[in-house]
Amino acid sequence: MNLQAFLAMLGRDGRVARRNFLPLLLQNLVQPMLFVFVFGRVMTTSGMMPESYKSLLLPGIIAISMLLSGLQAVAFPMIADFQFSREIEDRLLAPMEIEWVAIEKVVAGSIQALVAGGVVIPMAWLILGTGLQISFAQPFELLVLAVLVAVLAAAIGLTLGCSLGQAQIGIMFSLIVGPMIFFGCTYYPWSALAAFPVLQKVVLLNPFVYASEGFRSALAPQFPHLSGYIVFGGLVIFNAVFLRLGLRQFRKKAIG
Amino acid sequence: MDVGIRITNLRKVYTAPPPAAAQVRGGPMTGVKFFKRPDKKKYEVVALDGISLEISPGEIFGLLGPNGAGKSTTVGVLTTRIRPTSGDAWIGGFEVWRERVQVKRLIGVVPQKPNLDFALTAREMLTYHAAYFGMPAAERARRSAELLDRFQLSDRADSLASGFSGGMMQRLSIARALMHDPQVLFLDEPSTGLDPQTRLLLWELIRDFNQRGHTVMLTTHNMDEADALCHRLAIVDHGRVIATGTPEELKRSVPGGFVVRLQFDRVSDELAASLAQIQGVTEVQRPPEGGLDLYADRGGTLIPHIVSASAAAGATISDVHISEPSLENLFLHHTGRSLRR
Repeated sequence: MNLQAFLAMLGRDGRVARRNFLPLLLQNLVQPMLFVFVFGRVMTTSGMMPESYKSLLLPGIIAISMLLSGLQAVAFPMIADFQFSREIEDRLLAPMEIEWVAIEKVVAGSIQALVAGGVVIPMAWLILGTGLQISFAQPFELLVLAVLVAVLAAAIGLTLGCSLGQAQIGIMFSLIVGPMIFFGCTYYPWSALAAFPVLQKVVLLNPFVYASEGFRSALAPQFPHLSGYIVFGGLVIFNAVFLRLGLRQFRKKAIG
Repeated sequence: MDVGIRITNLRKVYTAPPPAAAQVRGGPMTGVKFFKRPDKKKYEVVALDGISLEISPGEIFGLLGPNGAGKSTTVGVLTTRIRPTSGDAWIGGFEVWRERVQVKRLIGVVPQKPNLDFALTAREMLTYHAAYFGMPAAERARRSAELLDRFQLSDRADSLASGFSGGMMQRLSIARALMHDPQVLFLDEPSTGLDPQTRLLLWELIRDFNQRGHTVMLTTHNMDEADALCHRLAIVDHGRVIATGTPEELKRSVPGGFVVRLQFDRVSDELAASLAQIQGVTEVQRPPEGGLDLYADRGGTLIPHIVSASAAAGATISDVHISEPSLENLFLHHTGRSLRR
């Protein structure tokens, strides 16, 4: 580990992210905000959904925004780097074990995910209008949760980014990320799947579930949610799995 | 610090297609031999087949060979990007694969095609690169300004590199490789795609770097470049070293020095034997693509003798090509194949 090199790489990624701040923000947040508006505002105002749905939806939207932005922040540059731009070669030649280059990417992606989470809360608040029942009673729990979700997002990004080629980006979204979002308890609580017992068990393999349910338990505990032990346990396990897998794939791509 | 390079019996066998980031560009595949076992259908490509080299500190050493010969794989191993299957590679006192971090501090690498960080400006690319190597901020600023100036990039220093021409990108690549003041510089096909003017500038920069006592290893399939720039050369083909020496020594090692390549309507042993009798002809070879290659101590003045000997043997000449002593002839002599295929 070479802290100087590591920090310089973080500085480089920060520089690039600041330069592309607005496009990045739009890329990551337009879709969740549209969801917030249509489901949280239009459907509730028209009376097709109860007003309490707003508070159920917001934690899921935070989870999904963080996951998508962290995932994309790592996966997209990795795919481009390893396939054609090779920009990363410069960093692979820095005097540091190459695994730290991947870890730096995960840290940078996690920071982007945290920023996305931080931006989405006030924006969604504005869009949803009155009637939101969200509590910040457990700030420490919320912070730990946010960090775990952010790292998870970046680690999934590393794994996908080092496993797929550019031609598979479309497939990644329609076959992997799409189902993860829709079966990730983003727009409904996990308990709502009780009527589909098999599905309810299967979705527990989806890391997104723990992120959504975690934010639900922290911000809107009035709704049914998975217990804190399951949420934190699940997040820790999935973090370990994806970090390991991501590093392995990274090594495979980086060394001939 | 004097840092040389030593390679002993280096082999690289790919058992799966190499990943894109480590893949060597320029050639179809680094691959040399394909073994397709019908029973197993196993992928196996021998890219390096036991290469040994010793490069002294302060030398400009060239690897010369056709695409796919193993030049870039050799550079890949020496620059920590490719894991050797067996054999040793040393840079200075460090074993490359086992002491990668120490090795990376000593080397600067200019890849075959620029792998610039297009999200950054030219100046940032240099300063961040130096920051990875722990250079203090003030020195980074000073050195990047100096290199941008020397590489004639000052006027575009603060533009994103994505709009740069090929020559500018190549210059920036070299500036970046020099930014952390390496002891050994690797250049993989440095002048491919450069205009003649930029090529001369590049040669000047390489010589300049070398004159400060640093070691340079470059790969090329350009004879003139190898001849003009390198103190010593290794000719590689099919992952093996065919010959090493100074350009002069290598050229002298070709019997006679001149090569007269002849095409006939038909070639017979009798014809080859009678051509070998001509005074000044040292060797006659039958290259795989047909015709005859005469190695001789002179060129044009042999033609009347060749014509009459051919006529006597009943063969008609359809093409004659005379080449003067060169590395091209050397390659031809050792492999029976032309470098410029």
